[in-house]
Amino acid sequence: MTAPGETGAAHLEVEGLSLSFGGLKALRGVSFSVEPGSITALIGPNGAGKTSMFNCISGFYKPQQGSVRFDGRDVTRMHPPERAALGFARTFQNIALFRGMTVLDNIKLGRHAHMKTGLLQALAYWGPAQREEMELRAEIERRIIDFLEIDHIRNMPVASLSYGLQKRVELARALAMRPRILLLDEPVAGMNREETEDMARFILDVKEEWGTTILMVEHDMGMVMDISDHVVVLNFGEVIARGLPHEVQADPHVTEAYLGSGDPAALMARLKGEAGPADGGSAAANRKTREDVA
Amino acid sequence: MSDLLFFFEVTLAGLGSGALLSLTALAFVLIYKATRVINLAVGELLMLGGYLFFAFAAGLGLPAWAAIPLAIAGGGLVGAVVERGLIRPMLGESPIAVFMVTIGLGSILVGLVELVWGTDPRALPAFMGNAPIFIGEAYVSRKIAIAFAVAAVVIAVFLVLFRYWRGGVALRATATDQAAAYSCGINVPGVFSLAWVIGCGTAAGAGVLLGSIGGISPSMGVFGLSALVVVIVGGLDSVAGALVGGLVIGLIEAWAGTYLGGEYKLVTTFGLLLVALMIRPYGLFGTTEIERL
Amino acid sequence: MQIGTAKHSYQADEALLTTRPQRVWMALFAASLCIAPFVLDNYWLYLACLVAINVASATGLNILTGYTGLVSLGQAAFMAVGAYTVGWMQLNLGTPFLLNLVAGGIIAAAVGIVVGIPSLRVKGLYLAIATIAASFILHFIFVNWQSVTNGNSGLTLTPASFFGTPLTEYQQLYFVFVPITALMVLGAANLFRTRVGRAFIAIRDRDISAEVLGISLLRYKLMSFAISSFYAGVAGGMWAYFFRVVTPESFPFVYSIFFLAAIIVGGMGTILGGILGAVFMTLVPELLRFGIDWLTPVLPNAAAMLSPVRTIVFGLLIVGFLIFEPKGLAEIVQRSRRYFHLWPFKK
Ligand SMILES: Nc1ncnc2c1ncn2[C@@H]1O[C@H](COP(=O)(O)OP(=O)(O)OP(=O)(O)O)[C@@H](O)[C@H]1O
Ligand SMILES: [Mg+2]
Repeated sequence: MTAPGETGAAHLEVEGLSLSFGGLKALRGVSFSVEPGSITALIGPNGAGKTSMFNCISGFYKPQQGSVRFDGRDVTRMHPPERAALGFARTFQNIALFRGMTVLDNIKLGRHAHMKTGLLQALAYWGPAQREEMELRAEIERRIIDFLEIDHIRNMPVASLSYGLQKRVELARALAMRPRILLLDEPVAGMNREETEDMARFILDVKEEWGTTILMVEHDMGMVMDISDHVVVLNFGEVIARGLPHEVQADPHVTEAYLGSGDPAALMARLKGEAGPADGGSAAANRKTREDVA
Repeated sequence: MSDLLFFFEVTLAGLGSGALLSLTALAFVLIYKATRVINLAVGELLMLGGYLFFAFAAGLGLPAWAAIPLAIAGGGLVGAVVERGLIRPMLGESPIAVFMVTIGLGSILVGLVELVWGTDPRALPAFMGNAPIFIGEAYVSRKIAIAFAVAAVVIAVFLVLFRYWRGGVALRATATDQAAAYSCGINVPGVFSLAWVIGCGTAAGAGVLLGSIGGISPSMGVFGLSALVVVIVGGLDSVAGALVGGLVIGLIEAWAGTYLGGEYKLVTTFGLLLVALMIRPYGLFGTTEIERL
Repeated sequence: MQIGTAKHSYQADEALLTTRPQRVWMALFAASLCIAPFVLDNYWLYLACLVAINVASATGLNILTGYTGLVSLGQAAFMAVGAYTVGWMQLNLGTPFLLNLVAGGIIAAAVGIVVGIPSLRVKGLYLAIATIAASFILHFIFVNWQSVTNGNSGLTLTPASFFGTPLTEYQQLYFVFVPITALMVLGAANLFRTRVGRAFIAIRDRDISAEVLGISLLRYKLMSFAISSFYAGVAGGMWAYFFRVVTPESFPFVYSIFFLAAIIVGGMGTILGGILGAVFMTLVPELLRFGIDWLTPVLPNAAAMLSPVRTIVFGLLIVGFLIFEPKGLAEIVQRSRRYFHLWPFKK
């Protein structure tokens, strides 16, 4: 058992993971490793299986084969809440904030697995329960709300926020989870240039100041090339390339995967990514998520 | 009388009430398929159908062949009004809220019926005759036999309409994919209304049959709960499930009521429901809903 | 007009009542609860006790349905479990009534956990229907478990006694019921200042992502059922000491619908809503009675109309609120609060 409160970057290894839905093979023997303290990007065309991979890592899907290891410990059979207690934290592709709560409560919720208040203490809101809540509040204010620059919205209901701010609150909630590995599913999808740059800066800061391992799915090649240390490319549920950002970028298999996907927007994004890394060419992602939001 | 013969008679009676359950369940399924609403007022519409028949046949002295269609039309009319007035404004609200609206509606209908006709149970004017029917040596109540035959015919007609009639096809299309049906030029709001009219009319018709067997009272709507069990066991969106489920529940209630005692009827049904839900949460024939993150 | 609500400490910011007017209103309300038993006549005290019982039970259901999103149509059946437990303990063990009430709550909570098990498999309406099934099965048990429930004739209780004084007057019962209910409501409000309450709301808003964020659905769904039925059990126990006879028909299925209607009308997922809804839905039938009494000279058979009219109005309230004011009375209160907040500067 990991000692409670253990911190620091974790090492995540995925080995031979296979997942199918009826006849559809979403993942076929995927293996990769996320080095402690690194930012690893998981990329691939739409439907490649990236979100499914995340769901296997956080325990929402049960893979038919393969294993997930966390600092060398096999967690494949663990339930999602237990993994959260170990330090698996994540954000979601389709924003999954709790719409009936304020920003502050959403963030506080992230700490759930690390708190101790039981039912009777909660009913009485007495002694330790109250102290725990106050400590949490203070810590969130100090380390998260200031850091992510969301003090002006802390008491607003999340439903009233802009899309970009909602994504930021999701990151805040994940940070409140005491992450040892942070899984970010398309953190800048649907954001404008400025918001994307902010988010990239936050992610780099998390890596540096919090020393957290980060695994990120992203369609925005500019951002991927800019901030990741390592890239893994999925296509049709298989790893087709991996390596340093510029190596992957030059890999002909990758070009083919994006071209072969028949998605011109993805191609555009990739071409733009090649032209200038800073220019967040997230056309594909933008188009998709904007529709969802509308 | 031999035990086997008795068992056979009980079984026949069970199939008879099972057919009525199937018919009522069909009202649930029609409405659910088109509009994704569980209409808990189906039981009360069934009761209303019985009382409308009573009003037309006993109150106005109309013959049965006129009173029955009028009762069914009355049920359909209520269905149309309810759909336009109560259900459509709730479009897009949570299914629970709409479900509660139909519970409120049920309460309103019970109150109105009590206000007009009082709370005492009444018998419907006989229109089926009383001479018993024998299948081989087995005795079947004539009313139950007729109810079974009528329910079977109505269900068969429904199945044919579903498959071949334009409205039926539109309804199936709407059930499968509302947006797609819309863009294919299907009049989706029209389908909604149609489903409510037919569903409520069916319930009213079932009420006439049920009332002519056991009499009518403002509380006869509880029959709707048994029918609800049928649709949950069979699958809310499955016509086949309603048919099979109705007969199965009818049989089980008859057997439980005879061999264990009348008080075991409802409890067996509900026990079965819980077991069914734990094993197959979306019914035997229902469509499983997948949630994604 | 109110300005400057800046807080000086997190403690102040997280208090239950954050503004001065809120505290003033609450103090006034508490004071009137204390004075009420000395100024109300017996009939109104009877109603006040009934309201206290219904508020306790509705608040419990609000935790389960309004906050956790698990729709239950079994609240009356859980009350019955509490009532029978209290009755049985009083008749067979002769234990003090406060202990009996707590035991009633605990047994009801245990039953609630069992009934809640389907919530791990089924959702939404299917769960609502499972709770309907469970409440009919419980009814069957009340009728048939002769040795404990005395079947259809039910249990007859002697008055609760407090340090030797039998509580027979409504005024005496008021002094017991109202503090108990107030404590229960306070507990419910506290719950939502902690991780337990947040977990409930998260499950309501999106259970599958809540699970990935570290909330055990098994634990918290069943916990919500347990709390809700504990509240129902205590309320049922109070009910038993109030009417002093418990039969299988004391807690009919429509009583469960009544509680769901109460939280809809009051406002789901707010503590205030559970209270307002229960008060309103308990008092409306009485107001109708006054109306009918008043009509009797004009309409000779008006008395016979009372029960059907109550049924109709009950249905109309559910439908009307769902269509026109889905957030219930609590939202109306909020609106008028905002209005006076800005007063005299209208928007
Ligand atoms: N619960 C599910 N049931 C059935 N099929 C699923 C399920 N979840 C995912 N899939 C399928 O698995 C495949 C991979 O989906 P996934 O969401 O992992 O893709 P992705 O790489 O995240 O794509 P995108 O870039 O569009 O987010 C798709 O074909 C998808 O339809
Ligand atoms: Mg994805």
